[in-house]
Amino acid sequence: MVSSVLSRRSVLQLAGAAALPLSSGLLGGGAAQAAAPGTLTIAYNVNLPSFDPTVGASAVNPTIQSIYQAIFDPYIAQAPDLSFKPGLLTKWGWNEDRSRVTLEVRQGATWHDGSPVTPEDVVWSLQRAADHASGNPIQFVWSKVGNYKIDGNTITGDVLAFEPTLFKWMAFLTGYILPKAYYEKVGAEGFEKAPIGSGPYKVDAFERNAFLRLKAHQGYWGPKPAFDTVVFKFVTDPTSRVAEMESGGSDLTFEIPYEEFDRLKAKAGLVGETTPVSDIAMIFITDVDPMLDRNVRLAAHHAIDKKAIVDRLLKGYGVPIATLEAPGYAAFDSSITVAYDPELAKSLLAKSGYSPEKPVAFKIQTTRGFKPKDYEMIQAIVGMWRKVGIEATIEIYEIAQHYELRARHALAPAAFYNWGNAIGDPSTSTGFAMFGPSPHCAWKGKDLVERIGPLWGEKDEAKRIAGWKAVDKYIAEEGEVIPLFQYVQPIIHKKGLKVVAQANGMILPQLVTSA
Amino acid sequence: MRWGEVVRRLLLIPPTLFGVAVIVFVLLRVVPGDPIAMMIPPGASPEDILRLRVFYGLDQPMLQQFVTWLGQALTGDFGRSISVHRSVFALVLARLPATLELALLATLIAIVLGLIIAMIGIHLRGRRAEWVVDGGVGVLLAIPDFLWALILLLLFGVLIPLLPISGRIDPQLDVTFRSNFYLLESLLTGRFDVANALLHHMILPSLALALPFAALVARILKTSLAEAEDQDYAQIARARGFSRPKILLSEVFPNALIPTVALGGVQVTLLLGGTVLVERIFSYEGIGNMAIDAVINRDFPLIQGLVLTFAVLFIALNLVVDLVVTLLDPRLRHG
Repeated sequence: MVSSVLSRRSVLQLAGAAALPLSSGLLGGGAAQAAAPGTLTIAYNVNLPSFDPTVGASAVNPTIQSIYQAIFDPYIAQAPDLSFKPGLLTKWGWNEDRSRVTLEVRQGATWHDGSPVTPEDVVWSLQRAADHASGNPIQFVWSKVGNYKIDGNTITGDVLAFEPTLFKWMAFLTGYILPKAYYEKVGAEGFEKAPIGSGPYKVDAFERNAFLRLKAHQGYWGPKPAFDTVVFKFVTDPTSRVAEMESGGSDLTFEIPYEEFDRLKAKAGLVGETTPVSDIAMIFITDVDPMLDRNVRLAAHHAIDKKAIVDRLLKGYGVPIATLEAPGYAAFDSSITVAYDPELAKSLLAKSGYSPEKPVAFKIQTTRGFKPKDYEMIQAIVGMWRKVGIEATIEIYEIAQHYELRARHALAPAAFYNWGNAIGDPSTSTGFAMFGPSPHCAWKGKDLVERIGPLWGEKDEAKRIAGWKAVDKYIAEEGEVIPLFQYVQPIIHKKGLKVVAQANGMILPQLVTSA
Repeated sequence: MRWGEVVRRLLLIPPTLFGVAVIVFVLLRVVPGDPIAMMIPPGASPEDILRLRVFYGLDQPMLQQFVTWLGQALTGDFGRSISVHRSVFALVLARLPATLELALLATLIAIVLGLIIAMIGIHLRGRRAEWVVDGGVGVLLAIPDFLWALILLLLFGVLIPLLPISGRIDPQLDVTFRSNFYLLESLLTGRFDVANALLHHMILPSLALALPFAALVARILKTSLAEAEDQDYAQIARARGFSRPKILLSEVFPNALIPTVALGGVQVTLLLGGTVLVERIFSYEGIGNMAIDAVINRDFPLIQGLVLTFAVLFIALNLVVDLVVTLLDPRLRHG
């Protein structure tokens, strides 16, 4: 054994010398970055892949729209309660026989480079969106109007195919006006590098996957934004977003686990707010065995205690629903109910020869961690089903797999999903989720194709909404889908801020003010 | 490793990369998860879906897609990202420096920390306190980098908020860079305030990456030092009256360094892999963070570009490590 003669002092000196570069100037520089006055820092839950709000996957990602709506103006604005209000278009509408649309463009609006927003910009944006070559995913909506004519600030266009939700789309996905002259001058790549819009904030600095810094647009036509600077920090990990709030590094965040929300809102200096949003949890029913049996479908629905799931797993943050229309949607009908009734579920199953001793078996697919407590929720539902005579096996899949399986009509007999509907129209909830020809529909039955088909072209709005309500009632009676609950969005922010929560789930910096 | 071996290894790079490219290309298209299925909006008809598929070139047979991609890749064009709408090559080039700077800082921290721990461990050799050092090394090694990231996040971001916990640079800082090597550039141009701000943001993620690596360096180096110290030449030196520190530093340390560099080099490649989760947790804008988004969005061209980049880095690092070991070990140098 070699005796130790290396002196303690020399070891300490060596350690100290090595540690010096790590410590000096690093920890001495102060604490975690604190917000500068006049700056609003939002710990945001997704990255911003692209600035063009009309092209590619990010254009149809509802979560990114808050950022787009801070920079760009939609054709038509949306109020926090999902109702529509003037935006860059001050007036819009159909003519009597729905063969023409008329749009009136706001006067005095400017782009971030100071040039005026013109009707030519509006027409160019609509035509570009309708062009197959642009890669706009909602092109099938925009292509239903064409032959635009400009007269002063008024635009008219011919309806090529009637789309009742056209104006609703003008407030949401890909419904943004872009600057014609600037875009044509800089091209797609140039626009990505230096985008300009006409929204309340303009892009000041962007570090991909790190942050986006916006400055108030002084020439904005609407109310002056309360903050000179807005920083979106892209903090995609929920734990890190919680830490951002606790460390004081951000002023506002959302989409955090409900347990953390309850803990944070109890802290001094932080305020917690919740609002039901236009996003629902549901179980798709695919029209394959054993779901072709109405008794099995209805039993599966009646056996689920939605309130217990919301109370126990989501800490009460959810609103149980019976149809794909949540409260606040245009076709919501509170008279349609599907009661939690395990005895009824048992008797329905008994009619088809099933019982807890001789259960009907099928597979249910779910994500794990994509939405709050998704897997745990399905575990609970499987437990409830087992008690009445349904033996379901759980298969976990990624959300990307869900999309692919759904598009191929290859989902399991039951599949958990969440369905957003920011414009609150029945066509974009019940319609696309339950209409056979839709790539998003799991129930391809002719019964619904026949009922929903005529509603797509219905020109009388009252008749259209009544028609959708009737469809929802029929679906509930037939058990062709299992709506579970409406999600509630948790928002945490510093005291001294006033945040206007949007029913569509957007966190718009222009609606955040000092309390 | 002789020069002939170096040439052989260099010649193996193209077929290796080709193999990686084939595997990634095929796997992405075989594993469920279609980028078009993820972007089709409600109400899209089969024709609309086909149009999107054609737009992104995903309507062609797999072999034809691969041949087209390979032909473009050979000219330096790795395609266009589906989710970001920009050249994959430009995207990777823009973000790679952030990861390299982070990995380099983590490696430096790991080496310094590992050296210190190993030196303390060898100093305490044979004493009870040696167990404490060995136990500490065991703990550092047992906890994976992403868990260290969460621990550091909680510790220095929340409990004692000393350091920023997200991003690469303070969003309030109005500073422009000519290159994407922010730290290197700010140091070279004498902007030490900017370098300081950057280091503030890098210290937690680099520590998370460095701690398990440091433990490995410490364990291998301490074992190697102990083995070398027991060798005859060290014992003879002691008998001739040389002090232990002198023997350790001038005789034992160079020999103990060879296995440490060899195994530590392998660990650097693992450290690069670790950046994926650690960058995500600290919202650090490197290629690791970008890789997660690419996978979530099933952005085939970007995933292919990123995997090839990681492959090139791994191959280059292994080659450099082998060369360094050869330079350090005269037995290898002279065959």
